[in-house]
Amino acid sequence: MTVPNWRMVVMPLLAVAFGLIVGAVLIVVSGDNPLVAYRAMLEGSLGGSDAIGRTLEKATPLVLGGLAVAFAFKAGLFNIGGQGQLLLGAAFSAWVGFNFDLPAVIHIPAALIVGGLAAAILGGLAGLLKATRGVHEVISTIMLNFVAANFTEWMVSRDGPWKDPEGGAIARTPLVQDSADLPRIAGLPTGFLVAVLAAVSIWWLVNRSTLGFEVKTVGSNPKAAAYAGISVTRIIVITMGISAFLAGLGGAIQTLGVNGRFEPGFQTGLGFDGITIALLARTNALAVIPAALLIGAMDAGSTLMQARTNVEPEVINVIQAMILFFVAAPSVVRWILQLSEAEDVDTGVDLATGWGTT
Amino acid sequence: MTASAPPLTRSASNLNSYVARNAKALAGLGVVVVALIVAYRWDGTQTTAVMARTVREAAPLILAALCGLVGERSGIINIGIEGQLLLSAFCGFMVGSYSGSIILAVVAALAVAGLAGTFLAWTSIRLRMDQIIAGTVINIFAIGATSFFYVPNRTMATIPTVSLGFLSDVPLVGPMLFDHGPLTYAALVAVAVVHVALFETRWGLRTRAVGEHPSAADTVGVDIFRLRYLNLTLAGMLAGLGGMALIQSAGVFNRGMSNGKGFIALAVMLIGRYRPTGVLAAALLFGFFNALQAQLQFKQVFDIPPQFFGMIPFVLTIAVLAIAGISVRPPAAVGKHYEKE
Repeated sequence: MTVPNWRMVVMPLLAVAFGLIVGAVLIVVSGDNPLVAYRAMLEGSLGGSDAIGRTLEKATPLVLGGLAVAFAFKAGLFNIGGQGQLLLGAAFSAWVGFNFDLPAVIHIPAALIVGGLAAAILGGLAGLLKATRGVHEVISTIMLNFVAANFTEWMVSRDGPWKDPEGGAIARTPLVQDSADLPRIAGLPTGFLVAVLAAVSIWWLVNRSTLGFEVKTVGSNPKAAAYAGISVTRIIVITMGISAFLAGLGGAIQTLGVNGRFEPGFQTGLGFDGITIALLARTNALAVIPAALLIGAMDAGSTLMQARTNVEPEVINVIQAMILFFVAAPSVVRWILQLSEAEDVDTGVDLATGWGTT
Repeated sequence: MTASAPPLTRSASNLNSYVARNAKALAGLGVVVVALIVAYRWDGTQTTAVMARTVREAAPLILAALCGLVGERSGIINIGIEGQLLLSAFCGFMVGSYSGSIILAVVAALAVAGLAGTFLAWTSIRLRMDQIIAGTVINIFAIGATSFFYVPNRTMATIPTVSLGFLSDVPLVGPMLFDHGPLTYAALVAVAVVHVALFETRWGLRTRAVGEHPSAADTVGVDIFRLRYLNLTLAGMLAGLGGMALIQSAGVFNRGMSNGKGFIALAVMLIGRYRPTGVLAAALLFGFFNALQAQLQFKQVFDIPPQFFGMIPFVLTIAVLAIAGISVRPPAAVGKHYEKE
């Protein structure tokens, strides 16, 4: 390809700029000054170490949720069960966190891994249903979202086994022990470092390992993969398990690092956000990090923006939708800026054809 | 069949072949009818309540799933149904609330969801955008826009139920089929309309050809792109009716009130194997599970936490699929961009 490198970088930045312009129009329509609003958003997300810490905290589950969707896409699977998997991961890590008394070096990894594994079982189940019974993963992961939401809600409800005895009528678990509290390393939230590590691991897995090769082969042509001696069933189950593990890890980190306990129904948008971020990153595991940071920064900054200007924080969803649109439609950006037609950037994404392969 | 065959035998043989082709479906229908009669004899009030609710709960799912079905039959995946439901419920509600006119509310809902469909076709045809991305754009935009412009504490007039005369007085069947809000009827009518249109008309033949084998359709002179624009817009309007169905009885709009129904509709479409009658059956099944859990919970028949009742529809749907082992074959050209020669 003769795509100049600068365009690979500049086009996404232009997409962000255009997204912000559309958002500005909305802000003007609702009677506020977009410059003041965006300044507040910038300050709330990047102005000082507190703000940056908040951005990293917000970005952490987004990195993992994005990785979950992106990794499943590699095998041609569409995991839209991120929300349910996150809830299971969060609830089970909280349980390990409050129920056991362990030294921190064991407690923290144990809580994270148990949370991830609980989610992985849910995801693996969807994979198993797909591989052995032909149940479409889109159906099963949607359905399991609702199952997981109900299940975790019950676990901490009035009669549930994990109910906080001091919570009164509030459905929640007790606070996790101090030894399960995710600390900050050099001012950075540990959770974010874990998320970055996960992204690098997934990148390595996809591009450098045998398993990754098998996953991609199943994704591009399951019949050829089976002919080449790859167990498609095994790959589908493992892929869904790993994908769900990532989403569950996101929930676990949110619980141990930010919330300190599990409360039902938090982070309700994560399923969507994971899809957005995976698509923004064009399913590249490393590109998931900047994509998640961008969305996380907007999330973190929207609170201060609302405080200063009365702009509803949901405007960032509209901006995100527009960014995704412009990233996926470089021809529109070129048309607006009257750039030359010849050097088109291939989006490199072909997700829609992965739909419905059984 | 010879041309000299008398009309009577002919129709009888048509009927025979119809029965043969739909043996499983008819057997299933028979089982359902028998089960309904038995249940009604056992507890008439409860059965009637559950079944009326089944149809009511199924209505938005039917409309949303038909939206997805028409899109995919034309070769375009629509995962933005969730967004279309939300946008149309919101716009319908706002217009209905400020104008006081239900007709205007429906028009607004149809317009916005139809426009979202046109957008999906445009991104696919003109921009060659990945269809999954385009649908996601609609979903996120819908969440953002409907929350951004949300005005708290507004209400609109509820849309009254329409009882169809003496038909609504027939035991069980009356409350089940003939005593609903207009949008519930619209859902049932839409199944028949889409079915006939898809399988009995020139439009339907062309649509299916475009979804299965666009280059063949192109060769015989079908304007593929025009048909896709048209179909995605019409399909969007079906989702628009679905959005109105969400608000028809309560008369309020809540943030994020589509609550995954657009995605459940995708499941309904897949379970229904891309056929309108299949969609009807799948949506009714899902509606039934939902109605059953609501009724059991309401009547406190068993001492089980409400969350477990809440899981029933979803667990049962998965179980049904796993046991039946239904595999689905989507239209062949779905998701692919068409390159004109």
